[in-house]
Amino acid sequence: MSLCSAPRPGRALRQRLSGLARPCPAAHPPAMGLLSDPQCRRALARLLLRLNTPLCVLSYLAGLTWFLLLPALAPRTYLSENAMGSTMVGEGSDLGPRALALARDFGAHKRKVGGMPVEWLEQTMFQLGLEVHRQPFSRTLPFPDEAHERYLVRGTNVFGVLRAPRAASTEALLLLVPGSEGSKNNQAVGLLLALAGYCRGQVYWAKDLIFLVTEHDLLGTQAWLEAYHDVNLTGIHSGGVPGRAGAIQAALALELSSDVLTSVDVAVEGLNGQVPNLDLLTLFHSFCLKSGLLCTFQGKLPPPEGPSGPGYAQSLRTMGLMVLGQAGGGPGGAHGLFLRFRIEALTLRGINSFRQHKFHLGALGRTLEGMFRKLNNLLERLHQSYFLYLLPSLSRFVSIGSYMPALGLLLLVLALRALDLWMRLSRSDEGEGDPPPEEARGGLLWLLPPILVSGGAGAALYLLPVRGQAVATQHFPVGEAEAVVLALIGIYVAGMALPHSTHRALSGGGQRGWMTLKLLALLALALLLTCLALLNFSLGFLLGATLVPPAAAVRPGGSRLPLAVLLVLTTPGLSLFLAVLLERELLEAPAGLGEAWQRFLGALGQGLLQEHLHGAHLSPLLCLGAYPCWLLLWNVLFWK
Amino acid sequence: MSIERCCGNNKTMSGHFFLIAEKSKLYFTFQDQAEQFFRSGHTNNWAVLVCTSRFWFNYRHVANTLSVYRSVKRLGIPDSHIVLMLADDMACNPRNPKPATVFSHKNMELNVYGDDVEVDYRSYEVTVENFLRVLTGRIPPSTPRSKRLLSDDRSNILIYMTGHGGNGFLKFQDSEEITNVELADAFEQMWQKRRYNELLFIIDTCQGASMYERFYSPNIMALASSQVGEDSLSHQPDLEIGVHLMDRYTFYVLEFLEEIHPASQTNMNDLFQVCPKSLCVSTPGHRTDLFQRDPQNVLITDFFGSVRKVEITTGALALDRDVAALESKFPEEELATEPLKYAEQLPVAQIIHQKPKQKDWHPPGGFILGLWALIIMVFFKTYGIKHMKHVF
Repeated sequence: MSLCSAPRPGRALRQRLSGLARPCPAAHPPAMGLLSDPQCRRALARLLLRLNTPLCVLSYLAGLTWFLLLPALAPRTYLSENAMGSTMVGEGSDLGPRALALARDFGAHKRKVGGMPVEWLEQTMFQLGLEVHRQPFSRTLPFPDEAHERYLVRGTNVFGVLRAPRAASTEALLLLVPGSEGSKNNQAVGLLLALAGYCRGQVYWAKDLIFLVTEHDLLGTQAWLEAYHDVNLTGIHSGGVPGRAGAIQAALALELSSDVLTSVDVAVEGLNGQVPNLDLLTLFHSFCLKSGLLCTFQGKLPPPEGPSGPGYAQSLRTMGLMVLGQAGGGPGGAHGLFLRFRIEALTLRGINSFRQHKFHLGALGRTLEGMFRKLNNLLERLHQSYFLYLLPSLSRFVSIGSYMPALGLLLLVLALRALDLWMRLSRSDEGEGDPPPEEARGGLLWLLPPILVSGGAGAALYLLPVRGQAVATQHFPVGEAEAVVLALIGIYVAGMALPHSTHRALSGGGQRGWMTLKLLALLALALLLTCLALLNFSLGFLLGATLVPPAAAVRPGGSRLPLAVLLVLTTPGLSLFLAVLLERELLEAPAGLGEAWQRFLGALGQGLLQEHLHGAHLSPLLCLGAYPCWLLLWNVLFWK
Repeated sequence: MSIERCCGNNKTMSGHFFLIAEKSKLYFTFQDQAEQFFRSGHTNNWAVLVCTSRFWFNYRHVANTLSVYRSVKRLGIPDSHIVLMLADDMACNPRNPKPATVFSHKNMELNVYGDDVEVDYRSYEVTVENFLRVLTGRIPPSTPRSKRLLSDDRSNILIYMTGHGGNGFLKFQDSEEITNVELADAFEQMWQKRRYNELLFIIDTCQGASMYERFYSPNIMALASSQVGEDSLSHQPDLEIGVHLMDRYTFYVLEFLEEIHPASQTNMNDLFQVCPKSLCVSTPGHRTDLFQRDPQNVLITDFFGSVRKVEITTGALALDRDVAALESKFPEEELATEPLKYAEQLPVAQIIHQKPKQKDWHPPGGFILGLWALIIMVFFKTYGIKHMKHVF
């Protein structure tokens, strides 16, 4: 304590301390904290200031390396749920021929009606012994959807409930086929009906089974989900759900458009990067192994076992695809919408490729039957296994505890830089330090314009394209959808010109000015990424990996060009474009620049639509979070 | 102790038996049997059968308990002497593809649910508290007879438990557990309250041997399906029903018990041999140090069957080793001649002849008389005695 209360050390001592980072004297009382001791703190500060850049580089590289090592160190998946793990099922159904016959019937009636054959579906489900209901809905999109060619959407969902014969209707399982235009998913509807007929004949159901066929794929699914839970999240008009079963415990979505299949692809990532409980996926995987069905994840075959180069590359590619899909934040299939309602769900896609070995629909039918029967044994919601994970393959997983440090190390860079700036700013208060930055003239007031301008640009980017599409179409010869996307790009690019204008209005605060501004930008970015790390790790990690280096490096003066190039390369918009390129690369179907540009434009439009239709968070996050942060950094670079 | 004997005056059979009875070897066998006839000092049998697990995937634990229930009932213990505790109802579980059955063997060979099962404690009634109350007899007076263990100091009790356990505990329904110390203390209470003569404890659970290692009361024999550190394993996976139907140990115990009939001479040593490690995977354990008799002389039916002291003999047996010698084996019998004061376990008389419950307080008769007198006095004071002349 005597040291603590002692007057400030003399100049000689200070000089001796400055310039070398010494270990603290061992004579200190142990109760005194490292940071509460002024001498120690000073020494630590010195150390941090001197080693800041190497530490930052080290931390960033360590973060990236950690992430790249994840697929190699992933443990095997295992079934945690007792109710599903210690029970067994024998699948007795052969649904193949019946499913095909029903699929042909469905296809014929669909062509005849020229849309969803509601009457026929109701009749068929009724004859199978289900309790049948229909649910009409309509939705006007904020702007025309070019990918699906729809604007005013009107449709009807049909669903049949198979009541559990000997249990109260308190819980339910759901099988969903998102109906689409043309002959897509006809076979899936056939399989659904055949399975419903088979399940009707069994007495062991403890949960209601809901067999749902939606129109207009995800729109219908969203409408049905909102009506079933009696909420309205996205402003859809729907007729309500007249019949209800219990709380839905798990759901499977089925997409299948061929009479035979070579493999089944499973999609897990849902809206805003949510994933279902790992047990559900493990259950599916165990049935794949049991029935000999070829199952893929992200369209990738299981990597060869053992620590091999190709195996690692395959795992890394698969995990990369999952990270990109999760970061995109869109629903990766109809199941993606269920996760928001706390319903664990998967999408199974039947693939028919050029492989020799084909499976009949019966094989998939048995898998579905087995999965439903296992889920039927559940006593509680699926909760035993992981909710946050990445998958390098179907049989291995990376849990949150393993992948979080990667992003933590990236965030450490921001923290170190912020600490560095903070100490330099506070040291200049004490009047020491090598280049004393000149005093600011207007206090912190001149920080306001850059912050306001960046925030305003973000808000404009978020609001104007959709709100102003009518104006845009009046004045320019473009369609609504094009107008929205082009306005988005226009505002984005225009925002980059803003720093110059702000400086003209209020010329800068010198050295202290940009330091304070950069400190603010770093803190805002760190805050954003920390929140994202918990909500959607993949998005957080991709943003971190791209934005952290320029955020750490940016400073006005000197040679601006390399820094400017770095900043432009890592702007969220361009990152999105690069992500599109990378995704095609990982899918081993590389796209040219032109095709990538088309996909990029499509992704922009879909991103905006998904926000309005399903409540995806990607576009508000980028517009209101990442883009203003990046603009602040851009401001720092052009500080005068 | 009531003993019935039908001595051989059966004319039709006598010649046949007479030939056999002449042989001295058989004579001794008869004598042995007669001795055995007195050997077990019990007059009644009880069974407490407990399944502590809920949920469909624990089907096998219910089947375990029901299979023991089936055996003891078949061997003659009536429902009134069995306290059956089942934590879940598998027969009526909606997941059961064969409603109203509980099978112990694959391919639906043996339905242990049978035709009539009298479950005394079911679902959430199966708690540690209720179990201990049943054992120790500390039960509210309103409890029906079927939920009581009305044993006395001449009762042989079989206690069978199954469920999920660990080192030193058995879990009850995901919410609580009983420890081996609590169980040992409960048995000591039973002993002190003279609630049993001999007690056979069987447990089928993981690390089952840990449950009996703390016992310290006399006359207890204990068996467990596995040693400390070992898991107890399931058996009979059935794809159609979708679960494992039984645990290995109880499965083989059931197979063993199916061979027993009320007159079987199979003894406890045979029971100890059931389910060797090659079949069970776990190592079954047993403990006999607290037990007074040699397990070899203890019949299976001493615990699993009911007392039926009926024996047909052809001639008068020379019980030359007189009764005094036999009685010296049972020092408890001398104790029993002393006037004992039993705790009243079911105060029937008290329940039936209860006085009607007192109603709310009301003034005594004297008070009411006094009040009337006052009213009349006031009346006469007011109107005077002069009005009385109209009356009279």
